[in-house]
Amino acid sequence: MPLPRLIPCLDVAGGRVVKGVKFQGLRDVGDPVELGAAYSEAGADELVFLDISATVDAGVSAVDVAARVAEQVTIPFTFGGGIRTLDDATAVLEAGADKISVNSAALARPELIEELARVLGSQAVVVAIDTEDRRVRSHAATRDAARDTLEWARECEQRGAGELLVTSIDRDGTQNGYDLELLAQLRDAVSLPVIASGGAGNAQHIADALDVSEAALLASILHERPARLITLRDELRDLGVNLRDAG
Amino acid sequence: MKVAICRYGAGNVRSVELALARLGAELVDDVGSADLAILPGVGSARSAMAGLSERGTDAVLRERHAAGRPILGICLGLQLALDESEEDGGVPGLGLVPGRAVRLHSARVPRIGWATVEPDGEAYWFAHSYAAETDAAVATSEGIAAIVEHGSFTGVQFHPEKSGAAGARFLERCLSRA
Repeated sequence: MPLPRLIPCLDVAGGRVVKGVKFQGLRDVGDPVELGAAYSEAGADELVFLDISATVDAGVSAVDVAARVAEQVTIPFTFGGGIRTLDDATAVLEAGADKISVNSAALARPELIEELARVLGSQAVVVAIDTEDRRVRSHAATRDAARDTLEWARECEQRGAGELLVTSIDRDGTQNGYDLELLAQLRDAVSLPVIASGGAGNAQHIADALDVSEAALLASILHERPARLITLRDELRDLGVNLRDAG
Repeated sequence: MKVAICRYGAGNVRSVELALARLGAELVDDVGSADLAILPGVGSARSAMAGLSERGTDAVLRERHAAGRPILGICLGLQLALDESEEDGGVPGLGLVPGRAVRLHSARVPRIGWATVEPDGEAYWFAHSYAAETDAAVATSEGIAAIVEHGSFTGVQFHPEKSGAAGARFLERCLSRA
C-alpha cells in the first residue's frame, strides 16, 4: 500500500479560502494559492479545494483557481464543487488539477461517474459522499439524498469512481474524532481508496482513521495554519504512523 | 534544452509543462526534433492510442526510438510504450518496450498515493490501475515496475511533475541525461 496521506482541505468561495462550521457563517481566511503552497511546504501529501459557492452561484471560475494553484503547487490536488459535466471536469484537469470531485451532480445523475471515468480515468474521479446516520446527504448536506451510504459507495465503485471522500456531517467541525465504525464498514464494502473526513480533533483521531482508510482529510483541526500540519506530522510519527518524508 | 510534450488530447499536460518550465527547459512543439520528447498521459489506453495515431505522433515516437533519441513516458505514457495493454479488452501499444500493461492486483485499486521507489529510496506520487509487466524495469515500488528503461526510452509509473522536490530532482536528472 502507498503511504498514508494527510490532505488539508481548503473551502473556496469567490476565489478565496473561506471558513465555516457546518457550511454556515463563512469568513475569508486567505488566498488559495498561498495557503496551498504553505501546506505543501509543511508536508501535505495532497490538497483538496472545495468550491462551496459553486453549487449556488458560479462566481470566480474554478478553472482560474485550479490554474493558479497548479503554477505554484507541485503536489497533487483535487478540485471539487460545481462540477456537473465532463466538460467542467476536463477544464479543471487541463488547468492542472489531478482529480476532480463530484457530489450532488453524481447523485442527481449517477451515469456522470461513468462518463468521467471513461474519458479521464478512474484515478482522476473522486466521489464525495456527505453522510449522516448512514444516509447520504446532498446539496452541501442540506438535503436527504434518499440513499444508504454503503450502497451508494458500492454503486460509485461499480460506475468507475477512483476514490471516495467520505464526510461524516454529524462529526464535521466537532473535533470529536472520525466515524471509525463507518470507515471500517466502507473498507469492507469497497476496494477503492477512502479519504476519511469530518471530526479530526487530535493526532490520535487521525492515526485511528488511517488504520481503516488510506487518507485523512484535515480541515478545522488545521485552522488554516500550515505550522499546525508540521506539529501534527511529528505527533503522528510519534504514534507510529509511517508518513512520507517530504524533504 | 528543447523539450516537446506530446499532445494527443489527454490530461495532465499542463502540470508537466509547468514542471519543465520551472527547471528552465525550453518547450517546443516538434516532437521529432526536440532534445527530449515527453509522452505524458492519464486516462484510458484506447483513447490515448487513438489520439496519438490521429496526429501521427505514434510514428514520430517510433522513429525517435529507432534513432536512439530520448523519450520519457509518464504513467499511461509508460504503458503506451509497451507492446499492448490488457485495459479495455486489449489495446495494442507503441511497441517501443517489450512487455504489457496489466491490471493491478493491489488491495486498493486505483493505487493512489506516495510510495517509495527502490533502489533510489525516494517516495513519488502514483495514481494508476494498470502497471507495466516487463523485463526492462530498473526500479520498483512494492514490486510494481516504477522505472523502465529500454534503449532511449525511459518510462516512469509515478508522476514526477506532481512529486514535489523529489519529482523535480528526477526530472532534472532526465533533462541532464538527454
